[in-house]
Amino acid sequence: MADVVVPRAKPQMSEAYAWNQLKHNRNWLGFWFMLPAMAILIFFLAYPLGLGIWLSFTDTRIGRVGHFVATENYEWLWDDSIFWLSVFNTLLYTFLASAFKFGIGLYLALLLNENMPFKAMLRAMVLIPFIVPTVLSALAFWWIFDSQFSIISWSLKHLGLISQNINFLGDTTWARICVIFANIWRGVPFVAITLLAGLQTVSPSLYEAATLDGASRWQMFRHITYPLLTPIIAVVMTFSVLFTFTDFQLIWAMTRGGPVNATHLMATLSYQRAIIAGQLGEGAAISSAMIPFLLAAIMISWFGLQRRKWQQGESND
Amino acid sequence: MSSVQIRDVRKSFGNFEVLHGVTIPIEDGQFVVLVGPSGCGKSTLLRMLAGLENITSGTISIGDRVVNNVQPKERDIAMVFQNYALYPHMTVADNMGFSLKLRNASSDEINKRVKRAAEILALSPLLERYPRQLSGGQRQRVAMGRAIVRDPQVFLFDEPLSNLDAKLRVAMRTEIKELHQRLKTTTVYVTHDQIEAMTMADKIVVMHDGIVEQMGTPLELYDKPENQFVAGFIGSPAMNFLKGHVRVNGVATFEGPNGVKLPLKTAPAASDGRPAVYGVRPEHFTIADDGAEAEIIVVEPTGSETQVFAKLGGEQVVAVFRERHQFNPGDKVRLRPDPSVVHLFDEATGKRMNA
Repeated sequence: MADVVVPRAKPQMSEAYAWNQLKHNRNWLGFWFMLPAMAILIFFLAYPLGLGIWLSFTDTRIGRVGHFVATENYEWLWDDSIFWLSVFNTLLYTFLASAFKFGIGLYLALLLNENMPFKAMLRAMVLIPFIVPTVLSALAFWWIFDSQFSIISWSLKHLGLISQNINFLGDTTWARICVIFANIWRGVPFVAITLLAGLQTVSPSLYEAATLDGASRWQMFRHITYPLLTPIIAVVMTFSVLFTFTDFQLIWAMTRGGPVNATHLMATLSYQRAIIAGQLGEGAAISSAMIPFLLAAIMISWFGLQRRKWQQGESND
Repeated sequence: MSSVQIRDVRKSFGNFEVLHGVTIPIEDGQFVVLVGPSGCGKSTLLRMLAGLENITSGTISIGDRVVNNVQPKERDIAMVFQNYALYPHMTVADNMGFSLKLRNASSDEINKRVKRAAEILALSPLLERYPRQLSGGQRQRVAMGRAIVRDPQVFLFDEPLSNLDAKLRVAMRTEIKELHQRLKTTTVYVTHDQIEAMTMADKIVVMHDGIVEQMGTPLELYDKPENQFVAGFIGSPAMNFLKGHVRVNGVATFEGPNGVKLPLKTAPAASDGRPAVYGVRPEHFTIADDGAEAEIIVVEPTGSETQVFAKLGGEQVVAVFRERHQFNPGDKVRLRPDPSVVHLFDEATGKRMNA
C-alpha cells in the first residue's frame, strides 16, 4: 500500500503562518509568556548559583582569575575545625531558634485568636519586630547586650542580683544565647501572624461541635486545631528554617562571628573568607556546603507539605 | 430520652434582650419545631439548650435536672449544625466516633456503635471517606450519624436542611422524621421554613421577636391561629388579610375595603363596628354567584392547583383552586370565602376574635 499517494497541500511558510501558529498553538504562546520569568530565574538565581558552585572548584581570589583545582577547597575545609564549628553553630542556631519561634509563635497565635479587648492593636503590635530593619534591631540588641552599658546588667545590679556586668557578647555561651534570642525575637511575628491566619480559617462551629462532643480545651487543640493547622505549620516552618539557616545580617551586626568563632554561622564564615580575606574559591566552597543542608530541609518539608488525604477534593466515584 | 422544660427563659446580649421570657414544655419523645422569621431568637434558644450560650434568667431542665450551670458535654444532648460542622481531617467513621473516643470508650464499642448508626443512615459504604468526598446529603447524614452514635437524651437540629437543594431537602425531611419515629428520641428542631415545621413536628412553637406567639400541633396552628402573625406565618401561599369593620345586625358580616361585604359565621356580639382584619386562606375561596366581585390579575398554574391573584375591593388577594377554571387576566369573578373557616383578628392587637 506504499504506492498510495495522499495528496497533500504544501506547507506555506510565511509570516502569516508563524503568526497563525502563535495564535493557535497554545504551547508556543505559553512559552513566550514564560520567557520573562525564565530569564529572571536564570540570570538572578541559576547563574549565580552555578557560578558559586564553579568558584568553589577554583582557587579564585579577589583580583585574580582562578584555576580549576577540583575538590581541593573542600578537602581543606574537611580538615578545618573552624568550618566544622560553624556547621555546628549553624545547626544549633537553626534548631534552637526555629523550635522557640514555633513554640512562641503558636502560643501567641492561639492567644491572639481569642476574643479580647484591643485585639486589632495587639495583633499590630506583634508585628513590630518584623517591621524594624534587621540591622537596626541588631544594633539595638548590641547595646542591650553591651559589656559596659547593658540595660540588663544594669537592672540586675540595681536589683542586687549580680555584682558585676555580664559579658554577654564576650562569653561564648552567652554570645550564642544572645544571638539566638535576637533571632527568635525577630522571627516570632512571622510565625505568629501566619499561624493566626491559619487559625482563623478553622470554622468556629467545629469547636462548638467538639464542645458538645465533650472535648476539653486541650483535646480541642490536639484533635481539631493542630491537625487542621499542620499544612500551614509545614509552610511557615520551612520558611523559618531556611531563613534562620542562611542568617547573616544579625550575626554580622552583633558579633561578626565572635567571640572565638562561637557565633560564626556558615554564611558569616563564607563572607569572612571570601570578601574580607579575598579567598573567593574557599568562601564559595563554604556557601556550597550549605546546599545539602538546605536541600534536606526542603525535602523534609516537601514530604510534610504533601497534601493530606482529607484535603484532596476528590469527587464521588 | 427525656422531657425538656424551658421556663421563663430570658437572654440578653449586653443591654439588648433577645428572648423575653419563653416557656416551652417538651414531652419525652416529642418532635418539637421552633419556627419563626430570622432574628426571632429560635437559634439562640437552641444554643442555650445545648449549653453554647448561657442563660440570662429562667431555667432549662432536661429530664429532672436543671442544666443552667451544667457543662454542654454533661447535658447528654447531641446537635446537628446548619453547616454540619464535620471535622474535615477525620473520616466519616472517625467523625461519628469522636465523642465516644473522647469518653475513652473501647475501640470495639466505638466500632459497634458507629456501624449501627451507619446502617441506620445507609452510610456503611462511606465510612472511610473524608467529608470533602461526600455530597451535601451524605454530609447531612454523617452529621446526624454523629448525633445518634451517642444515643443522647435530646437531639438538637439547627436549620439542618437549609444548605441543601430543594429536592434533597424534601427527601431529608422525610428521612429525619422517619429516624425520629424509629428512635423516638426527644428532638428540638429549629427552622425558618414553615413547611418543614408543618410536615415534621409533633408540636410547633412559633416564635417572633423573642416571644412565643403560639404553640400547638401543626393542624391546630393552621386551623386556629391565635393571632395575625401566626395566621400569616403558617400556610403557603400565606393567608389573605383584609381590613374593615365587623357588622353584627341580625346576620354577622364583615365590611371590607371599599364596602365589600364578606360572610362571617359568627362574631362576638360586642364587636359591632370594631375595626378588624378578616383572614382567609387562599384555598378557602370558591367561585360562587353570591361571592364578592374580584378582577383577575395573574394566573399561575402549577399543575396540581392554580394560584390566582385578583383584586378584591381594591386589595390584592390570592386564591388557590384545585379544579381547573378557565381564567384570563382582566376577567371578573365572584370569590366567596368559606365562612366556617375564616379568621377574624382585632386590628389593634392582632388577637383572634372569632371562636
